[in-house]
Amino acid sequence: MASIAQAIRMALHYGEANMGVKDIFGQDVGAPLGGVFTATQGLETAWNSTLDERGIISMAMGIAMGGDRCVAEIQFADYIFNTIDLLKIAGNTLWCTNGQIQLPMVVMTPVGAGIFGSVYHSHSFDAWASRLQGWKIVMPSNPLDAYGLMLSAIEDPNPVLYLKSKALMRHKGDELIPGEPADEKELKAMIDKPVQNSEGWKPRWPELEKYMVPIGKGKITHAGEHITVVTYSRMVHLCDEVAVKLAEEGISVEVIDLRSIYPYDWPMIKESIEKTGRVLFVNEDTEVTNFGEHLAYRATQECFYQLMARPRVLAGKNLPGIGLHPNLEKNSVPQIHDIELAIREVVAEVP
Amino acid sequence: MAKKTTVKAGGKAAAGKTTKKAAKPAAKSTVKASKKATAPAKKKQSFGGLSEEILLRMHNLMVKSRVLEERLIKIYKAGEAYFWIGGPGEEAWGVALGMLARKGSGPENDWLHLHYRCTPTMVALGMDMIDSIRLMMNRATDPSTGGRNFSSHYCFPQWNVAPVTSPLEVQYPIACGTAHVQKRAGKGAISIVTGGDAGTAEGDFASCLILASRKGQELPMLITVQNNGYGISTPYEGQHGETNIADRAAAFNIRSRVINGNDPIETYLALKEEMEYIRKTGKPSFIEAKVTRLYGHSSADGANKKPHLFDPVLTFEKNLIDAGILDPKAAKKIWEDYEAEGVNAQEQARQEPVPTPESVWDHVYVNSENADWRKF
Repeated sequence: MASIAQAIRMALHYGEANMGVKDIFGQDVGAPLGGVFTATQGLETAWNSTLDERGIISMAMGIAMGGDRCVAEIQFADYIFNTIDLLKIAGNTLWCTNGQIQLPMVVMTPVGAGIFGSVYHSHSFDAWASRLQGWKIVMPSNPLDAYGLMLSAIEDPNPVLYLKSKALMRHKGDELIPGEPADEKELKAMIDKPVQNSEGWKPRWPELEKYMVPIGKGKITHAGEHITVVTYSRMVHLCDEVAVKLAEEGISVEVIDLRSIYPYDWPMIKESIEKTGRVLFVNEDTEVTNFGEHLAYRATQECFYQLMARPRVLAGKNLPGIGLHPNLEKNSVPQIHDIELAIREVVAEVP
Repeated sequence: MAKKTTVKAGGKAAAGKTTKKAAKPAAKSTVKASKKATAPAKKKQSFGGLSEEILLRMHNLMVKSRVLEERLIKIYKAGEAYFWIGGPGEEAWGVALGMLARKGSGPENDWLHLHYRCTPTMVALGMDMIDSIRLMMNRATDPSTGGRNFSSHYCFPQWNVAPVTSPLEVQYPIACGTAHVQKRAGKGAISIVTGGDAGTAEGDFASCLILASRKGQELPMLITVQNNGYGISTPYEGQHGETNIADRAAAFNIRSRVINGNDPIETYLALKEEMEYIRKTGKPSFIEAKVTRLYGHSSADGANKKPHLFDPVLTFEKNLIDAGILDPKAAKKIWEDYEAEGVNAQEQARQEPVPTPESVWDHVYVNSENADWRKF
């Protein structure tokens, strides 16, 4: 099974070979490194940019404006903040030009905690991203979705922000990407650059197929009846684990992997809440003005009379940073026991 | 190549007719002037060897741009618009730039990443007065923004004119992106970027110089700064330690020069030379043009004419008349004709529809799907 990093690499290869992607660029994205998480290793159109986040976003805008397709990377989302006004411009260009200028560009960046990356390699960006009007924002939780969402991002005529969890880069799923060899050692031999003696190395790409995950469509990863848990990215796995555990006690948890932050799959959320009557929103971005709060607001507005308990948001603590020591990191973003506790509380609440 | 395009661009614009009218009496005057023994030699030297056709078209477009800008200010002062910002005083620079750009869409033509003092360039490209007025008056018919943005925030994709943005200097590294695409296309097209002297304090300016000049990866770009000596109210000395902004290009091995952007001849010749260099070598070039800020920064500081400042349009006109290239009566008529065109355009724009409230949801996304979260 491919890791998410390998899945992204294969999607980008598919993009440059079949979907007109002409530039994949960013800091250390090209040879020899192929990205600090190896997600761009061996790609034909990958090149190293200057160490300049604003330059990277601007170049991507210009390339898109000029009519070519590109995928740009910001090495860590922690460093995307100094491009906020450019992201705003990229998102408003279609609107400001009354529909005349489209910017079909993809920006990908690793987000979130979980690798003990300390203060400046653990930021979340989903809540900030949700305020970038004109952008579509996706956040995969497994390799197959990582592949399918990247192809959808490349094909989309709008700017798409592709947020990839740092902690999930080596995560392997349980579904094969269409065309991927079943033996992961074989895949590794084909597309991973050897650590030593790699001079002249070129990947041998498998015969990949087009597989799209539509932007804006979520996925129920664990069906249940008593409570809806809406989450995405790394937290999907934690929530699923809790759902399996609680099922043994007869607490039936429905977990929704949102997959897209904007547009988000409201019909799926609403239908699930109407079935369970209870909802918990889980993510690791900081809790004050969190994207989960928007969803909780909407749930309150549209599902108020179907709710059996108060909607709740479980998110990262409202702190200036995430400390390096495991005691600090783990007490900053939701952990399995936090999710379990929150689910138990909501389920136990009686109107 | 650039010349050919220029003829088309200028000819189709209102310049076409009026220029012909102006050219006839001018020719007569030339004959008269040539009777004075020294006049022809002096004329040739003074006008850089440019043809009378080019000189008269340049004058015509400069007048048109000035009349249009003054019309826009009048519209603001009459309370028919919310804000004015523009480029009266930059006609000598802007018109020459618009005349020389390779106009059209696609990577085989030049991209123009302009700022909000570039009405003269748009006029030279062939923009109708009314399209600037529609933008000024926020009509739904405004071809640049559909009534959504400020004056002079032009966007003409059919001529590769990128949308003008309010944040300063972001256009510089965005231009690197279009230049990258043009380089790949290999048709000799270039990306032209303009901006003000104060905006060069932004990091994006440095981003552009770096991206444009990397060894072996140089980009075909004409990087320009129009130095009018002020950033709103902060004088040049308030933010610059360098003698010339162009000196910064030297640090990146970018060929650069400082020119008098108030002189249309010097500007035209310098632009032509640099554009040819870029098309030939694929490498960037940098021009700092010293210009006048004739009506101040924007309506925020009154937008009144500063009579003590150099006026490039009137000066050029006087020079052409003195040299016998332009007939004073013909010149007067050019001003009058454009004034009438401006008044009529304003009257027409006044009758045109404004954006509807519901149109806020248009173009949030391509096809506007998922624009309103309440509806999905």
